[in-house]
Amino acid sequence: MSREHLLHKARTALGRSVGQAPGLAPPVRLRIPETHLEARIASLFRAVENLGGKTHRAGSPADACAYVASVLGSKAAVASNAPFLRECGITGLAGVRTNFTDRDALRAACAAADFGITSADYALADTGTLVMLSSREEARLVSLLPPVHIAVLPRERILTGLDELFTILPRPAEQTSSMVLITGPSRTADIEQILVRGVHGPGEIHVVVV
Amino acid sequence: MTPLYQIRIQKALADARLQSAIYAATGRLMDHRRQAIAPDVLPDYQELRTQANLIKRHTIENLDHYLEQFEAQVRAHGGRVKYAKDGAEVVEFLSKLAKEKGVRLIVKSKSMTTEEIELNERLENQRLETVETDLGEYIIQLAHERPYHIVAPALHKTRYDVAEIFSRRLGVENEVVPEKQTKIARSVLRQKFLAADLGVSGANFLVADSGAVVLVENEGNARLTTTAPKIHVAVAGIEKLIPRAQDLAVFLKLLGRSATGQALTVYTSFLSGPRRSGEIDGPDEFYVVLLDNGRTKLLADRDKRQSLYCIRCGACLNHCPVYRKIGGHNYPWVYSGPIGAILSPQFQGLTHDPWLPFASSLCGACADVCPVKIEIPKLLLELRSEVMKTREKEGGNRLERLGFRIWAWVMRHPRVYEMLGLAASAIMSDGNGKWLSRAPVLLNRGPFKAWFSQRDFPPQGKSFRHLWRMRTKVARG
Repeated sequence: MSREHLLHKARTALGRSVGQAPGLAPPVRLRIPETHLEARIASLFRAVENLGGKTHRAGSPADACAYVASVLGSKAAVASNAPFLRECGITGLAGVRTNFTDRDALRAACAAADFGITSADYALADTGTLVMLSSREEARLVSLLPPVHIAVLPRERILTGLDELFTILPRPAEQTSSMVLITGPSRTADIEQILVRGVHGPGEIHVVVV
Repeated sequence: MTPLYQIRIQKALADARLQSAIYAATGRLMDHRRQAIAPDVLPDYQELRTQANLIKRHTIENLDHYLEQFEAQVRAHGGRVKYAKDGAEVVEFLSKLAKEKGVRLIVKSKSMTTEEIELNERLENQRLETVETDLGEYIIQLAHERPYHIVAPALHKTRYDVAEIFSRRLGVENEVVPEKQTKIARSVLRQKFLAADLGVSGANFLVADSGAVVLVENEGNARLTTTAPKIHVAVAGIEKLIPRAQDLAVFLKLLGRSATGQALTVYTSFLSGPRRSGEIDGPDEFYVVLLDNGRTKLLADRDKRQSLYCIRCGACLNHCPVYRKIGGHNYPWVYSGPIGAILSPQFQGLTHDPWLPFASSLCGACADVCPVKIEIPKLLLELRSEVMKTREKEGGNRLERLGFRIWAWVMRHPRVYEMLGLAASAIMSDGNGKWLSRAPVLLNRGPFKAWFSQRDFPPQGKSFRHLWRMRTKVARG
C-alpha cells in the first residue's frame, strides 16, 4: 500500500485533493537561433574537436566510405543497420560485420570489435553532440562497447542545439525506448582530476558529415 | 569535552595534503563553471535559472499529479513503477525481484539516492553482489568509504591511494598512472557488465509526460548499466520529476555547466520502458522505484520545500568556504556542503546534528551559484531559529538569553552604552589612542575563545560617537 500512502502524504502536505488538476505550468521555453547550414557544420566540427573528437567532411558518400576505410585499416568493426551506412558502401568494407538482429550475437561482436560504426539521427551544432535513437536500424551497443566510435551522417541532420531537438521531438518516448546524446569521447577525471579518455565507452570518436 | 565532529574537523584542517587536494579540485570546478556560463557563451544563463526555478516549484507544488502522470506513462511504455517508503522497502523489492529472476550479479551506476539509503550494504547483506561502475564510486566502494563530493566521489584520493586500493582489493600490480589505473578498472568492470543480470541506476530527472528516466554521465557506465543487463531498475527520489521532455532543454543546459563546466556531459540517456519490438538491444524489463524516505514530510513546509528543487550539481559545495576547509566527510550525512546542511537536518531531524545549520558564514555564494535558485542561506537561518526554539523549550540557553536581554537594554540606553564603551576602551586600549587593541588578548579565553582564537578585531580608532561630537563641534565652530 506504499503507493496510496505516499500519494496521500504528498497530497496532504501540499493541500491538494485526489485528481485535482495542477496549476498552470510555466510555458515551455525553446529558442531556436537562425543559423545557416555552413555555420552549423563549422560549429559542430569545432565543438567535437574541442572535446578531443575527430571530424571529416566528406564530399560524397564514396568519400565518406574511403575515410572510414582509412581509419579502420584492417581491424574488426561492427556497423549498425542504418540504411545510410549501406548507401555509403561502408557496410561492404572488409572487416565490417553488420545486419545483426539478435541481441546476444550483436553483443558478442561489439565486445570483440575495435570499431563501432553508426549513423546518427541528429547532431547538435552548438555542443558537438550526436543524437542516437535506438531502433532496428541503430542498436545501443554499437556506439558504446568498441573502443572507437565512428558516426557518419548526412549534413541536413545537423540541428542548432537542444532547443531545436526538443522542438522536432517534443516527446522522444513516442519513438524509442532510448534516446542518447553523445558529446565527445567517454571520459573521467575521478583520479586527481586528471582527464582520461575512454573509461567505459569509446575513447575515440570520429564524426563524418556527408 | 570537544565533540567528535570538532576533533575530526581539526584533523582535516591540519592535513595539508587533503587541504590542497580539496582546494585544487573545487577551484578547478569553479573555474570551469565560470567559463561555461560566461555571457558570451551562455547569454541567457540567468533566464534559464529563473525558468528552472519556476518549473521545479510548479512540479513540487503539484507533485502528486506528476507522480501519477509519470506512473501512467511508464506503464504505457511497458515498464513498472514501485513506490517505496524507505530504503528497507527498496531492498525488499530488489531482493524479491532478484530471487524471482535468478539474479546473481548487480551492476550500479552512480546515484546519491542509493547512497542515501545505503543500498549497497543492504544488498550485500542479502548476499547480492553489487558493483559500482563509475570510476570514482568504484574506488570508494573498494575503500569502504562514503562519497566525498556529490559529483566527484573520490576527490580526496590521490593516485597513490588508488594504487594501494587497487593492488590490495584487485590483486593487481602497484600502478600509479591514472590512465593505466582507468584501464584496469575498465577491464575489471567490463567483465562485470557483461556478466550482470540486473542494472541499478539512479535518475537525474524523471519526465512525467514521457515516463522517462534521464541519466547524465561522462564515462558510459550508466549507459552500460541500463543497456547490458536484461533488467533495469532506476531508483529515484520523488522530487526528481519535471513535467515535460521539453523542459530538459532548460535543465540540461544548467546541470553540466554548474557541475563540471561542460555544456553537456558526454552521455545523456533518455530511457522510457524496456526495449521495444524491433529494437535490437536494451533491457527486457524496466522498473522505476520512487522513493519517499522523508521527502513527503518536507513538502508540508511552504518555504523549506524548495530544498527539493536540488538537481545535485555540487556547485554549492565547490563555492562554499566551509566545505573547502572541512571537506566532504565531516558532514553528518551523505549530502555534504551547503545543500547537505539544509537537507540533513530536515531529513534526519534537528536533534541529530544541531550544529550543522550554524556551520556557515552565510556568505551567500551557494545561493548565487545554485542553478535552480534555492535560497540556502535563508533556509539555514530558519533551521537555526528552529534549533534555538527547541533548545528554549528544553530550558537551555538561559545564559545566552540573559546576555542578549542585557545587550538589548544597554542598546536602548545611550548613556549606559557610552559609559560601558569608555570603560571597555580604558581596559582594552594600549594607551596609544587605539581603541580595543588589546581585546583579542583579553577575550581569548573562556566562552569567547572559540571565536577569538581564530579572529581578530580590525584596528580601531576613535569611536563613532566621539568623532561625531568632534565634527558637530567643528561645524558649530
